[in-house]
Amino acid sequence: MIKIDRDKCIGCGVCVDVCPVDALSLDDDEKAVVDEGLCTSCGMCISPCPTDAIETKLMAQKADTSDYSGVWVFGETIDGELSPVVPQLLGKGKELASEFGDELATAIVGSDVKEAARASGSFGAEKAYVIEGEEFEQYNTLFYSSALAQLIKEFKPRVLLFGATHLGRDLAPYVAGQLGLGLTADCTELSIQEMDGEKLLLQTRPALGGNVMADIVCPNTRPQMATVRPNVFSPPEGLDNGDPEIVEREAKIDPDISTVKILERLEEGEAGASVEEADVIVAGGRGVGSKENFQLLEDLADTLGGVVGCSRPIVEDGWIPKSQQVGQSGKTVSPKLYIACGISGAIQHLVGIRDSDTIIAINKDPDAPIFELADLSLVGDLHEVIPKLLERLRGENGS
Amino acid sequence: MDFLVFVKQVPDTNDVEVDEESGTIIREGVESILNPFDEYALNLAIRLKEETDEEVEITAISMGPPQAKEALRKCLAIGADRAILLSDKAFAGADTWATSCTLFKAVEKLGGADLYFTGQEATDGNTAQVGPEMASNLNISPITYVEEVLDFDPDEGTISVRKETDQGYMKVQGKLPLVLSCMTPPDFEPRIPGVKEIMAAKKKPMETWGSEELEGSSDQFGLEGSESQVISTYPPSSKGPGEKFEGTPEEEATKILQRLESEGFLDD
Repeated sequence: MIKIDRDKCIGCGVCVDVCPVDALSLDDDEKAVVDEGLCTSCGMCISPCPTDAIETKLMAQKADTSDYSGVWVFGETIDGELSPVVPQLLGKGKELASEFGDELATAIVGSDVKEAARASGSFGAEKAYVIEGEEFEQYNTLFYSSALAQLIKEFKPRVLLFGATHLGRDLAPYVAGQLGLGLTADCTELSIQEMDGEKLLLQTRPALGGNVMADIVCPNTRPQMATVRPNVFSPPEGLDNGDPEIVEREAKIDPDISTVKILERLEEGEAGASVEEADVIVAGGRGVGSKENFQLLEDLADTLGGVVGCSRPIVEDGWIPKSQQVGQSGKTVSPKLYIACGISGAIQHLVGIRDSDTIIAINKDPDAPIFELADLSLVGDLHEVIPKLLERLRGENGS
Repeated sequence: MDFLVFVKQVPDTNDVEVDEESGTIIREGVESILNPFDEYALNLAIRLKEETDEEVEITAISMGPPQAKEALRKCLAIGADRAILLSDKAFAGADTWATSCTLFKAVEKLGGADLYFTGQEATDGNTAQVGPEMASNLNISPITYVEEVLDFDPDEGTISVRKETDQGYMKVQGKLPLVLSCMTPPDFEPRIPGVKEIMAAKKKPMETWGSEELEGSSDQFGLEGSESQVISTYPPSSKGPGEKFEGTPEEEATKILQRLESEGFLDD
């Protein structure tokens, strides 16, 4: 929000002209006034003011909560297609929307995203709110945030969910700051809790490196916003709505507000197959011993049609690219099968694999914490067990 | 030029234990450390200061209890020029929104800066929200997941960084002022201050500001100023350990094979 110092305001009207959403006007005393219902806190008016009469007002916006309805999912896109986390959030969003008695919608910002907006209908979205424009071709925090703020102001959703991707964790807090909203990061469960006669979004997240779980609500601000870790929810089945109703709005954004641009893509070593989408992950930790020994894990992953992952120390040693790291500071995964080789199981790693269907762990240390979570624990030397296993697997495939 | 670095003192999460009954954290005997991501952010700020001809003052700011001075003293020993602790009973229980508002008031009092640095996230909360929220409060751009500064041109007022995105690494350029949320790269070697630096740090200015200095009303700070409310904490559920087996490599391989077979992983 912005605040106008009426003593400083000289009524020149410069701010009225620059405001992209027509939230500013001059009142009968020739002083600027702001329509809080329209202002998106974009900050465009602050520097043009010749008397420094406009400043940011940091006030959370206590909403009249009865005005807000609808469960929204931010429709993050990659090259014009919905990011994998969006269907996962729509699946969960549908459950929440049914309990609230609300509609489920996606909010999509981008340069060529109508197709993605339509596609969200096949995961249960009844509506898609779209702001399209060339300025959104590359992700830009300020552009995207202003566009979303514009949609939120007009349509007043009750809940807005973001994937806790790099993009989502950049965008959501900026929107929260812009509109003065509560926001809960990296949720692993969402449900509904009734408090004081109102149904609220109950947001559950790990804290302190995964040592505790916390239940959080945002009772006073709307929308209730959360980022959600990819792969903790499954994409929905049987929710195909066909094409959703597309509600399009024109962006009201000044291209000068952004001061950041992407210059080029930088090459990273060899990128492995995505651990986030794999059904089978063979992961290694310090116990693997050396970079060369990871070949054994590669072989096992190949045989089982999976990919190789690793714990944090392995990335620190430079054996495997960061993109393959699983855990709190890496990826959260939920494969059908997770084979942990020589991973002791620091809590930060376990947080990232909790949702795997089956976990098999091989470790020399009988007290390794990973054994507390594994479905099948084998106390032994992976360098001996895996070659035997490979031998048998290859034999079986051949027979 | 002025650089501001936002830092936090955190419990060393590697040795945190949770009371199974109450779900609260056993704080006793847990060491407090400077959040490692913040330490890296400070190192980037110091390196830029060393590499530029401009005169740069680096201020480290933290919000926390009085003992967070320890983390700030470490910042001074590593190379910050001055430190400010925002400490007041009224600040306790702040969520990321209230935290960023409190930090914002301190920044306003300081008259702003050219570059703001902070860690990508703190290892206790892992929210990664305060950096972008600060940028939002300041009406400037954030750059998150910054691993390295590639170019810094104080005359032009530009900086380019290597930043991690969902699609790999990008080179991103921004015009000052900016908020950089920094992520420790794997090969980072922290600066270990020597006795001389530690002694010198004791002479550097460290101030403590409370709600009076920040000129705010109590409902803007801490728990009261927070929009998200924690209603309960508890230990993570565990489905409990499964089957444990110890045998010869041959026997263990058989065990795995049986499991893979029974769960259908070997079906074509």
